[in-house]
Amino acid sequence: MSMIQLSPWDLALASLLVLLLARMSWRLRLGVERRVLIAAARSAVQLTLVGLVLKVLFAQTSLPLIGLMALVMLSVAGFEVMQRQTRRFGGPWGYGIGSLSMFLSSFSVTLLALTLVIGVEPWYQPQYLIPLLGMLLGNTMSGIAIALDNLTRNAWEARGKIEARLLAGQNWEAAIEDIRREALRSGLIPIVNAMGTAGLVSLPGMMTGQILAGSPPMEAAKYQLLIMFLIAAGTGLGAMAAVWMGSRRLFDERQRLRLDRLRGATKN
Amino acid sequence: MAGLRLAGLGHRSLAPLDLGLEAGELVFLSGPSGSGKSLLLRAIADLDPHVGEAWLGDEARSSMAPPLWRRRVGLLPAESFWWGETVGEHLPSDRTNGTGAETPIADWLTALGFAPEVLDWSVKRLSTGERQRLALVRLLAQTPEALLLDEATANLDPANRDQVETLIERYRRERQVAVLWVSHDPEQRRRLGGRSYRLHEGRLESES
Repeated sequence: MSMIQLSPWDLALASLLVLLLARMSWRLRLGVERRVLIAAARSAVQLTLVGLVLKVLFAQTSLPLIGLMALVMLSVAGFEVMQRQTRRFGGPWGYGIGSLSMFLSSFSVTLLALTLVIGVEPWYQPQYLIPLLGMLLGNTMSGIAIALDNLTRNAWEARGKIEARLLAGQNWEAAIEDIRREALRSGLIPIVNAMGTAGLVSLPGMMTGQILAGSPPMEAAKYQLLIMFLIAAGTGLGAMAAVWMGSRRLFDERQRLRLDRLRGATKN
Repeated sequence: MAGLRLAGLGHRSLAPLDLGLEAGELVFLSGPSGSGKSLLLRAIADLDPHVGEAWLGDEARSSMAPPLWRRRVGLLPAESFWWGETVGEHLPSDRTNGTGAETPIADWLTALGFAPEVLDWSVKRLSTGERQRLALVRLLAQTPEALLLDEATANLDPANRDQVETLIERYRRERQVAVLWVSHDPEQRRRLGGRSYRLHEGRLESES
């Protein structure tokens, strides 16, 4: 099996479908035609650019350039985590907790996979590093965003209960124990569900891509399995780090609950 | 037993103040709503950032781990919160509290008109008044050496109010515990006696 190259014409044909969708939206007065077209144009531009950037990266295998790309990916993911918080930490912590836990989990798991599992030579070969890191960042990002959001929102609502436990002489970790556990659980549920239904409902995106590009299905399945395990580990580690740092930051050195460190609900 | 002393304690709506309570002394605190009475009690229990130091006997608060301080200087907030399912879950599992003598929880419950079975009740079943009275038992069960009471009898009918007052007075006399009591009820202050202070425009003024 070999890969069938897509010509610009093939893509133009597919884009006609999007135009048709926009036209239908206009006819049915759904009012989303503008947004459909803008989103389609954005994805075309962004993916073309990423394709070009990766082409340059793959041709050079230069560590500084790859590091720069990884940094850009991390900072965008960090921003996204911050944006998804109803009540986020004020100051640098709002950005820092999410980014640092993503950095710790995604980068270490990617490194582990590259050196010990896949055994790429050199370990930073971009054809492996960039897609792996992207998958991990994308998934840990959702897990961490959900877990952190859950932690801060529930702590905000349970202020009376947390302080009652502090007044009863419990230390801060005991006082926030329930909320912390719930936050961690909520962050892990998406990946656990994804593993549980993998292959039964739909083929995961990466496996689909490999099959379309001509890989034997068993090879694609093995890679997908590897990725899923990595994502599960990365999401778990990342959510734990974020929830730990976040809950620590909710209390000060005298073990007072410091909800004033959270910024109020601004968005949504 | 030990007295309670505040040294230069203040928060954002209260100028730093000094106040000393002897062991076993009862002091009332009143003032218009928003004058910072509850915030003062929260500051003593070290729940909010603030300035100043507090002493229990000759032990400084800053020299003590916060959980230990909060166990020994017990705050009863105006609204009681419950984190577990049943009432009993909220009481320390070690009924002797390390002192050797068992804390008379059953006695306290009886004094407030509850049967011992109340410990198995679900918190959700309790009325506001029941919660307030049981919160006092919960607080005493941690055998505090000083008491900070925020409107301890505000939502109670006269009969229950008398029971609560009697129990607090008994605990104060038996254990020589300093009690700082925020109360807006002048009758209560007259009934129980003791020094009385008023918080006014961020300052502490002596009454009577």
